[in-house]
Amino acid sequence: MTAPILFKKARVIDPAQGLDSQMDCLLVDGKVASLDKDLEAPQGARVIDLWGKWLVPGLIDIHVHLREPGFEYKETIETGVKAAASGGFTRVCCMPNTSPPNDNEGITRFIIEKAESAGLCKVSPVACITKGQKGEELSEFFDLLKAGAVAFSDDGLPVTNARLMRLALEYSLNFDTVIISHSEELSLSQGGVMNEGIVSTLLGLKGVPKAAEEVAVFRDCTLAELTGARLHIAHVSTKGSVEIIRRAKEKGVRVTCETAPHYFSLTEEVVKGYNTYAKMNPPLRTEEDRCAIIEGLRDGTIDCIATDHAPHEDLVKECEFAQAANGIIGLETALPLALKVLMRNEGFSPKRIVELMSQNPAKVLGLNGGSLKVGDPADITIIDPDCQFTYSREKVLSKSHNSPFLDESFKGRAIMTVVDGKIVFEQKG
Amino acid sequence: MTKLRSKHILGISHLSAEEISFILDTAESLKEILDRPIKKVPPLRGRTIISLFFEPSTRTKLSFDLAAKRLSADSISISAKTSSVVKGETLIDTVRNIQAMRPDIIVIRHSMSGVPHLISRYIDASVINAGDGINEHPSQALLDLYTVREHFGHIEGLKVTIVGDIAHSRVAHSDILGFNKMGAEVTVCGPATMIPPYVEELGCKVSLNLKEAVKDSDVVIALRIQKERQGRSLIPSEREYSTVFGISREVMSYLKDTAILMHPGPINRGVEMSSEVVDSERSIILDQVTNGVAIRMALFTLLLADTGEN
Repeated sequence: MTAPILFKKARVIDPAQGLDSQMDCLLVDGKVASLDKDLEAPQGARVIDLWGKWLVPGLIDIHVHLREPGFEYKETIETGVKAAASGGFTRVCCMPNTSPPNDNEGITRFIIEKAESAGLCKVSPVACITKGQKGEELSEFFDLLKAGAVAFSDDGLPVTNARLMRLALEYSLNFDTVIISHSEELSLSQGGVMNEGIVSTLLGLKGVPKAAEEVAVFRDCTLAELTGARLHIAHVSTKGSVEIIRRAKEKGVRVTCETAPHYFSLTEEVVKGYNTYAKMNPPLRTEEDRCAIIEGLRDGTIDCIATDHAPHEDLVKECEFAQAANGIIGLETALPLALKVLMRNEGFSPKRIVELMSQNPAKVLGLNGGSLKVGDPADITIIDPDCQFTYSREKVLSKSHNSPFLDESFKGRAIMTVVDGKIVFEQKG
Repeated sequence: MTKLRSKHILGISHLSAEEISFILDTAESLKEILDRPIKKVPPLRGRTIISLFFEPSTRTKLSFDLAAKRLSADSISISAKTSSVVKGETLIDTVRNIQAMRPDIIVIRHSMSGVPHLISRYIDASVINAGDGINEHPSQALLDLYTVREHFGHIEGLKVTIVGDIAHSRVAHSDILGFNKMGAEVTVCGPATMIPPYVEELGCKVSLNLKEAVKDSDVVIALRIQKERQGRSLIPSEREYSTVFGISREVMSYLKDTAILMHPGPINRGVEMSSEVVDSERSIILDQVTNGVAIRMALFTLLLADTGEN
């Protein structure tokens, strides 16, 4: 049993309870025991003064790739959760594109057990929609949910057959679960390696039109409307997608969506020089799209921020652009980017950041967490909004280093992460 | 101007108008060597030039090889089939091994855009892009500029029309940039499926009608047409292409009387140009090939000029 912890004089921000004020927070037996002003420290409690720091419900990332089993040279569950905890995350949801893919109870249990033995942040697996991510037959939703899966997605191999997608959405209704769609019309994106536009023409690189995402987002929203099922659109990257989802929400379709920090921070301009660290799927878009993503985050069309943390070894990034792997790591830069771009540049309130990174991701997938009510598990992130640091290669905790943000300076980060009342990350110095 | 700003020739996009003129002037002074009975001069004796061709090429490879030999450099060409690439070595390892043998210049052609830029970060030698994917083919554009300047005496103010698969042509990309930088007025024309998005940003107009596009042109550059691109048919048939976009004698009549016709080769006779047009007195396609050697001699000379002769 871990000793009680009393956090003193923190700025407690908990949108679920409408809180944003200076308070103390007492954790006992892994739960939030009390949240009030001037709390007394019980016997044996560790007292931590948090003057000037924020105390928020633990951050939740519903889209990461932990690569295990199968690609342990890119990331392991252990290194992934280490990176997550240092980024302030108390729970991550890992995508099923492992090898073999997570389409059965055994692999789901393996992931959960590995995560428990690492003992840092909580891991909730997302299982395949179809067996082997092949887009042919549905995987066994009931078994997978029983084993601990929290949602279904075929990740980067989208379900191309619309009828099968309809069936997946219908079948999800039996279990009140969520289908996460990587919405991409492959016949339009095929061969493309960056956004189709001015920069792709300048660099002589094949483009992926925005329409490749938007026609698929439209199809999936239409199928969600038809079936009444819960659909979550992954990594929204274009203005058009935001508009389609906004309209679907207005009609009452049960659709939610996420975007990744790079889509509100970067544009296709970063690809210039054949920068493979700016290669991802969907690709970085234009300034117009970036602004529309920020508006979507502001008005609630986009429910949450998820990193799409995608570790890759140097070999597949230090190579020909067309052959380079898609994706970047993001667990350690997500919060610093949200504070920099959304809060400082765009005027988002700290409360809105917490909604986007904790409360809403929990709501979207129906996960425990995202609030600090008395009796809730003590999953807590302590943020120092003024902590300045440079994200340098040697500081990266993920096993891979594929980030376009290396050597960038930030102000604001997680300085402590608490899971079930236990401190799993504490910034030194 | 006495030297180029960069030690690499990665693309026309990296060259200024002044640098382009400097290269053309240098080529002009070197061209007479090609007409001598003994076509060899000593300036690059002891220099090593390695050509890496990861894509098939006849004309460009031969042209670079001859240019090196005319200047007395030691030149060696490697094609993808004979290199270690087929043994699973990464491109960067291949290039590092070549660097370990201390070449002065690496000439590279590759099917993927950006590869010359990539390898230039890993080696000390100068890199010349001999064509990368659908990005650039700077030495081709330079020889096209040279040929036009030689013919008309100037480039500025000329109307240049490029016809064909603009989207998949590195020659078109480099030519648009080059002719635009040198003050010509560039128009591109072809099936809309072969026009890249935002191509106007490169400095050209787009016309979807061949007769309008070539009207009053001084220069028409026809590009090689390949019906299949990565398994995707961008046009219904070569037959229809030649009917709508092929350069025929009738199309030639819309050009200025003084206009010339160019092609980067290899030509599909009867597809992008009728055979009689290819062989007509308006065609200066073979001059382009001759000038290609002079341009590549100029590039070698300029890149090695300032590296401390012995």
